[in-house]
Amino acid sequence: MKNRKLVVIAGSAAVLAAAPLFLDAYWTDVLNNIGIYAVLALSLNLIVGHAGLFNLGHAAFYAVGAYTAAILNTTYHIPVLALLPVCGFTSGLFALLAARPIIHLRGDYLCIVTIGIGEIVRIALINNIFGITGGDNGIFGISRPSVFGYVIRSPQQFFYLIWIFAGITVILFHLLEYSRVGRALNYLREDEVAAEGSGIDTAHYKLVALVLGAAWAGMAGNIYAAKMSIISPGSFSFWESVLMFAIVILGGAGSIPGVLLGAFLIIGMPEVFRQFASARMLIFGAAMVAMMIFRTQGLLPARPRKYRLAGLPSGGVET
Amino acid sequence: MHARELVSAAPGANAFVRIKDMELFAQQFTNGLAVGGVYALIALGYTMVYGVLKLINFAHSDLFTLGAYLGLTLITSWLFSGLGPLWGTALLALMVMGMIALMGALLDRVAYRPLRESPRLSAVVSALGASIFLQNAIMLIYGARNQVYPQNILPRMALSAFGFHIPLSRLLVLCASLAMMGALYFFIQKTRIGTAIRAAAIDQGAARLMGIDVNRVILMVFMIGPAMGGAAGLLVGLYYGQINFTMGWAYGSKAFTAAILGGIGNIPGAMVGGLLLGIIESLAAAYVSLAYKDAIAFLVLILILVLRPTGLLGERVAEKV
Repeated sequence: MKNRKLVVIAGSAAVLAAAPLFLDAYWTDVLNNIGIYAVLALSLNLIVGHAGLFNLGHAAFYAVGAYTAAILNTTYHIPVLALLPVCGFTSGLFALLAARPIIHLRGDYLCIVTIGIGEIVRIALINNIFGITGGDNGIFGISRPSVFGYVIRSPQQFFYLIWIFAGITVILFHLLEYSRVGRALNYLREDEVAAEGSGIDTAHYKLVALVLGAAWAGMAGNIYAAKMSIISPGSFSFWESVLMFAIVILGGAGSIPGVLLGAFLIIGMPEVFRQFASARMLIFGAAMVAMMIFRTQGLLPARPRKYRLAGLPSGGVET
Repeated sequence: MHARELVSAAPGANAFVRIKDMELFAQQFTNGLAVGGVYALIALGYTMVYGVLKLINFAHSDLFTLGAYLGLTLITSWLFSGLGPLWGTALLALMVMGMIALMGALLDRVAYRPLRESPRLSAVVSALGASIFLQNAIMLIYGARNQVYPQNILPRMALSAFGFHIPLSRLLVLCASLAMMGALYFFIQKTRIGTAIRAAAIDQGAARLMGIDVNRVILMVFMIGPAMGGAAGLLVGLYYGQINFTMGWAYGSKAFTAAILGGIGNIPGAMVGGLLLGIIESLAAAYVSLAYKDAIAFLVLILILVLRPTGLLGERVAEKV
């Protein structure tokens, strides 16, 4: 069972790694977008899937990271990838400051507040807040990233940068899921009241999940800025938050393989439907409704955890 | 939009400035009331659906847009050439409301009813999908460019009192939305169906035990809410004269904010929240910053929620125990 899972993971990783060798620049770039959204959705999954916080403003954290990278790179010429931790830090800090007073709000109230935070950030960027965001036109001339002196330019090269980052994200988030924090978050999602009753500081762990998710979205923003070399407020609209949210719920909230599959479907589907031209978003919307009706829990829902009890011969006991 | 030319009033003598100040305030305040009335009408649809189903109906904003477009189609058709402006507009409003009400019922049947017993976030994604579908359907049918309403329907004159000149169309829009809100309030408070809707919003299970057909209540809610939203779309078209297939998001997000502001699920709350948000936004555009108008509206919401976590008129209830 465990071996088969490993074979599946290794097999799909190998197919993915070989994909750019057979695809043209356009489809490689589609895979790059899927990779960035996969990282974003994984970070949102921490917030929505694990902590159960209704966040429809994730694009704000993504934007803070991307703009941090763009501003520091264009004014101080710090290499873009070296800014990765800085971007994570600013996004996380922003999330902490913005969410601290509102973390206790009930689900749907939190939803509109996160939409509000997303809109406030977007409007501030458009209006060139502090004179550093470049207004409507955004910031251009972000330098190409380089790894050990090797400059990354082509979509194929970006593919490996993005997907290695996505791979690291998957491994770290998998480890997180089975850590003390992960167990607390899992508990929180299953039953908040029971979690609180068992001595879990729910507000604290919700904030941890939110800040961690935001920090990761900030780093995804850094990579996006490096890939595009130009960023503008239009790339961080409510629509982006909706896409990330749809990936998480449609793939399966709380499940890493589900979220990855969701990213492939949600970002890849409009590309496959490109032949339908203007009707493709119509089909996309209808498909979202249909998928939710037929796979309510998501495509690959998170399964209840199994723990081995000492003294039992085989299998596990559901907790 | 209206604020731009008003803000740039040239400074002059002190007394003149004071009158200008009053004029500016009066203009912004009445404009805020008119826009707020529209927000309130849309917010009612959000809050009623939320009250009964605990679902944020993201597609509601697109039904509002559809109302504006259907209104335009009807106005330019032969039907309204013979009728006077008053009866023509009243008939128009009724037809738009009826059609959008049917659309609302259809939306519920297709996108929400299969998900009644599902986790709430699945229904939210379904709502987002339905919203994308509707918005693109409108774009495919009517085109992506702005559409223009004929300008001869609402009177163009201004009403002058105490030296202020308030456009009559603004007052008409405000009166229309207030009248509809009044009618709805009466309906919700005094009729049997209204009582059933309120009961289902408080406790669906208990309402069912009292012999209330909750499915019928849900159907009613999905017809009344969109009917109000469709009427709001028509008002926006008549008042501003221009509509676009993406306008649902701008109005919808504000209306939802208004519903939360008043305490979601609470019908008078949505009315108060809508009017208040319209006024705040309009005054902020004139006195604080036009560019940050939308940001200020959200900022006020966040501040109010920090102080009163369940909105202005919301009841303090535990989430789930």
